[in-house]
Amino acid sequence: MDRIPILRMGEFLLVSIQVDMHDQLAMTLQDDLTSMIERTGARGVLIDISALEMVDSFIGRMIANISGMSRILDAHTVVVGMQPAVAITLVELGLSLPGVKMALNIEKGMAYLRAQRAAEEGDGPNDLRYSDDGGAGYGTRQE
Amino acid sequence: MTCAIRMMGGQVMALVKSEELPVRIEQDVVMARQAVRRLSVELKFSLVDQTKMVTAASELARNTVVYGGGGTMRCEVLIDGGKSGLRLTFEDQGPGIPDMSLAMKDGWTSGGGMGMGLSGAKRLVNDFEIVSEVGKGTRVTITRWK
Ligand SMILES: Nc1ncnc2c1ncn2[C@@H]1O[C@H](COP(=O)(O)OP(=O)(O)OP(=O)(O)O)[C@@H](O)[C@H]1O
Ligand SMILES: [Mg+2]
Repeated sequence: MDRIPILRMGEFLLVSIQVDMHDQLAMTLQDDLTSMIERTGARGVLIDISALEMVDSFIGRMIANISGMSRILDAHTVVVGMQPAVAITLVELGLSLPGVKMALNIEKGMAYLRAQRAAEEGDGPNDLRYSDDGGAGYGTRQE
Repeated sequence: MTCAIRMMGGQVMALVKSEELPVRIEQDVVMARQAVRRLSVELKFSLVDQTKMVTAASELARNTVVYGGGGTMRCEVLIDGGKSGLRLTFEDQGPGIPDMSLAMKDGWTSGGGMGMGLSGAKRLVNDFEIVSEVGKGTRVTITRWK
């Protein structure tokens, strides 16, 4: 297997990592996701890592890169299902993955992405700060 | 099957099992992780300890490939008194590390990494030893006790 499949669901992209990735496979996923966000105009990315038994500095960097890159392309990324043992190890390794949104499971992750979209769709009709650029997340945000 | 009995610091330490794997290409890093997982499970390490050892092995194996130009990983299952442990030795004949204190710093990398491999791996294990000589190579030994 030389590629991790990316599924499209409406304006979101879904990835479930089910294999022990070698570095090139992780890089390919990062590139594939970035170009797919660009191509499809996706507004959210959900990455399920519940099957991953380990996250080291390389995979951690990939996750941080995807998250950062998606922001530049006006999409949100949420990482779901990190096993507790993996989370504990990651912290001790020294990786805190700042800026990466984590959620407990797929349902919570999807809810997060939908909430981000709803907030960006703009506030109510009497919001004078409304802008027509689809909302980059400033001013009109509603949590 | 006991392969050898070693004297360590005046104590008798039994080497129960020893395996050596090539660590030359990216795929070998995955193989190294899987070997360490299997041995950690055999030793009945807790899930967190398994994960720590596998993650440390992944960092060191990658360094062996990327910076050391390839090398080997030796896995040894040890019994020391009532304790059992897993010792991993990563060895290469690469360029060596000119400034060890710099290399061991959180966040320092000579390449495009995050500089967390060596310092992070050290935090994940009980014993960490690194020997490196410029022009000769690098050897990192880590041990985790149950
Ligand atoms: N086996 C080795 N041979 C030669 N140099 C090494 C070796 N292992 C590590 N180094 C040097 O030590 C530095 C720090 O290593 P470390 O693993 O901490 O970080 P990194 O590999 O640069 O980044 P990261 O592991 O976070 O992706 C490396 O950048 C490299 O210069
Ligand atoms: Mg490294």
